[in-house]
Amino acid sequence: MRRGTRAVAGAALWVLVAGLAATGCSGGADGTGAGVVRASWGDPQNPLEPANTNEVQGGKVLDMIFRGLKQYDPRTGAAEDMLAEKIDSPDQQNFTITVKGGWTFSNGEKVTARSFVDAWNYAALIDNKQKNASFFQDVEGYDRVHPAGGTASAKTLSGLVVKDDRTFTVRLRTKFSTWPDTLGYAAYAPLPRAFFTDHAGWLKRPVGNGPYMIDSYTRGSQMKLSRWDGYPGEDKAKNSGVELRVYTDNNTAYTDLQAGNLDLVDDIPSTQLKNVKNDLGDRYINQPAGIIQTVVFPMYDPTWNKPGMEKVRRGISMAINRAQITDQIYQKTRTPASDWTSPVLGDKGGYKEGLCGDACTYNPDEAKRLIQEGGGLPGGHVTITSNVDTGSHRVWMDAVCNSINNALGQDRACTVNPVGTFADFRNQVSGLRMTGMFRSGWQMDYPLAQNFLQPLYYTDASSNYGKFSNPQFDKLIDDANAESDTGKAVATFQDAEKILADQMPAVPLWYQNGSAGYTANLSGVELNPFSVPVYERIQVK
Amino acid sequence: MGRYVIRRLLQMIPVFIGSTFLIFFMVYALGDPVAALFGDKAPDPATAARIRQELYLDQPLWKQYLHYMGQILTGNFGTAFNGQKVTELMYDAFPVTLRLTLVAIVFEIVIGITLGLLSGLRRGRSVDTSVLLVTLVVVSVPTFVSGYVLQYLFGVKWQVVSPSVSPAAPLDELLLPGVVLGLVSLAYVTRLTRTSIVENSRADYLRTAVAKGLPRHRVVTRHLLRNSLIPVATFIGTDVGALMGGAIVTERIFNIHGVGYELYQGILRQNSPTVVGFVTILVIVFLVANLLVDLLYAVLDPRIRYA
Repeated sequence: MRRGTRAVAGAALWVLVAGLAATGCSGGADGTGAGVVRASWGDPQNPLEPANTNEVQGGKVLDMIFRGLKQYDPRTGAAEDMLAEKIDSPDQQNFTITVKGGWTFSNGEKVTARSFVDAWNYAALIDNKQKNASFFQDVEGYDRVHPAGGTASAKTLSGLVVKDDRTFTVRLRTKFSTWPDTLGYAAYAPLPRAFFTDHAGWLKRPVGNGPYMIDSYTRGSQMKLSRWDGYPGEDKAKNSGVELRVYTDNNTAYTDLQAGNLDLVDDIPSTQLKNVKNDLGDRYINQPAGIIQTVVFPMYDPTWNKPGMEKVRRGISMAINRAQITDQIYQKTRTPASDWTSPVLGDKGGYKEGLCGDACTYNPDEAKRLIQEGGGLPGGHVTITSNVDTGSHRVWMDAVCNSINNALGQDRACTVNPVGTFADFRNQVSGLRMTGMFRSGWQMDYPLAQNFLQPLYYTDASSNYGKFSNPQFDKLIDDANAESDTGKAVATFQDAEKILADQMPAVPLWYQNGSAGYTANLSGVELNPFSVPVYERIQVK
Repeated sequence: MGRYVIRRLLQMIPVFIGSTFLIFFMVYALGDPVAALFGDKAPDPATAARIRQELYLDQPLWKQYLHYMGQILTGNFGTAFNGQKVTELMYDAFPVTLRLTLVAIVFEIVIGITLGLLSGLRRGRSVDTSVLLVTLVVVSVPTFVSGYVLQYLFGVKWQVVSPSVSPAAPLDELLLPGVVLGLVSLAYVTRLTRTSIVENSRADYLRTAVAKGLPRHRVVTRHLLRNSLIPVATFIGTDVGALMGGAIVTERIFNIHGVGYELYQGILRQNSPTVVGFVTILVIVFLVANLLVDLLYAVLDPRIRYA
């Protein structure tokens, strides 16, 4: 027994040593070539299919490896032709799209009209369970490929017809004058045949037609991209490649940046906001992004929707000291909101500072008067609900409630109702189970005023969680969509917004900024209106 | 001994079923994860329904559990939301965490037992007091504090090591995180060894050994230390399981893509197959580690026999 046990112990030690030696060898060769940007990343939530990517981390990659018919200018946000030679429409409902010649995917396959039509049909078909399928709901035939229940009765959208190699036509269900401007969204990207013939292989290493190619992709940890030298577009990459590294903790990414282990972070941790200017100087970017935060009233609840309550809703808006909260809690990484869109749209795109007027200006006395005039808070009390597992939601909600309580001179007029997880919160919101105000954030899909208004406040729109409904608002949106002159369309959208200022179904709180920091190795770093770094413009010293 | 092992292995089956059952129900009790997949947008009802159907979420809970267990028995742990198989995630994550745990355990054993032995042999002297004091401080500092502080000092201030670990996670990069992970347990190991040594120094067999005229190093290593290691071995055995599952904080701080990272990601996204699958494996690790500790007793103490 003794001898035996000693042998066992000896063997165990051996295994341990051998294990250490073997594992020690597996590391090593992990160097990064010259001219490569090392940037922080988060694990994409979904497989990297264009029509299945609805969050910013997957979107970063799609931005690099795909080019669509339109491209949003990183500075102005204007939709400019990329692969589209021309998009014509006689009636704002039927569109003829001509694709530029000379474009290929990085595997050599030509980009044709069919590359687009096949991709869009794939995206819309219910069997493929693409999360962005609803982007195609305006195309005729959507209800047959994507029925509300049961199986699809058609495989392809009847509104899409390939005319020849470089031309296809699109027929929409209703008039939608700014529809071509939505085509810069990643869901509208063209797809090569390999996507359909070898789907699993394509997902392992996606192939597109953008300025970068994917060299290797280790899911959940990193992706290496290199410049595609045969890229036919104007916006060729100015660096030799990008290495995206997944971080679960933005503090670690920031530490890595300070240690020179990483070149670019696009998410500055809130705990570092006080130091970031000292640490990075002018290598810290803080600029508006196409994100607005609001609190929405449950208009489906009769106590919030009866006549006179619009005064209470406006009063609550006036009781919130936005400037103080954005300064003290967010260190100016949020800007007080005074309309329902975003500054990234620019004046031409429909943003209008101060459109909300007095109703979004802090005025505690007037707030108190209005709330009393409207019959007071329902039950003398209001709650703000949000998930508190991510972000700093708890902090700002407390601050908003304090602001309201101070204005009303009551301690318990407003309280916070925290929800443990995001999923639970989403389920409660979409189940229409809210009895007080609740948080709602909106990140634009494309830089159009329409995108900030129609999905959120149009009767029964997809993300109209408060179930706000106003026939006059709906009519103005319809008119704006049918308007072929952009300037007039924008003015009509703003008229619609004035109805929101009167009715206040949702209180605009602040516009969220995008933030980024980089090392002295890089130059030419900028963020686009979606708060994603414009990787192809970055230069490495 | 063989029969004992078989009996222990059989006992693992009900423990395994019971624990997976509990984890499964706790994770699923968090609610429907599909709505969160669509971000701040309203989920398209038809697409959401298809996803629920695919994930088996439209079935009653007991059916989901049976379906899941059926899958597990055939080696299929399901698919994460990003389309990756959970077995693939495990294949990537477990070796990394295993290496990290190994570093921590080796560190604990080597430093902890040495310190414990030194202070135990010099009870009441200044070495002993200072070791006790230092371990007290170490025990009371939480991992996320020691982690961030050491990361800043070694990674940013002195630039000795890289503050984060690369995806391949080679052993040399795991040294600092391993030390951070093992720090608290190190203090326990030191204190356990010390107490045990102090206690056994007065044992009869030790006096006999000294009286026999054995050289001192032989008395200390063969007679004193070996017999004092039983409580330490128990602690380290259970610690293997605890370190593997409890590395979430350390793995986050040093950006290590191991088990803790996958669990964190899984919980955040309410991705039940990931969470249940990983915890199931951790349960097995825990059970096996405990069995090994029990068997090790017989090696350490010749008086213990299993039948």
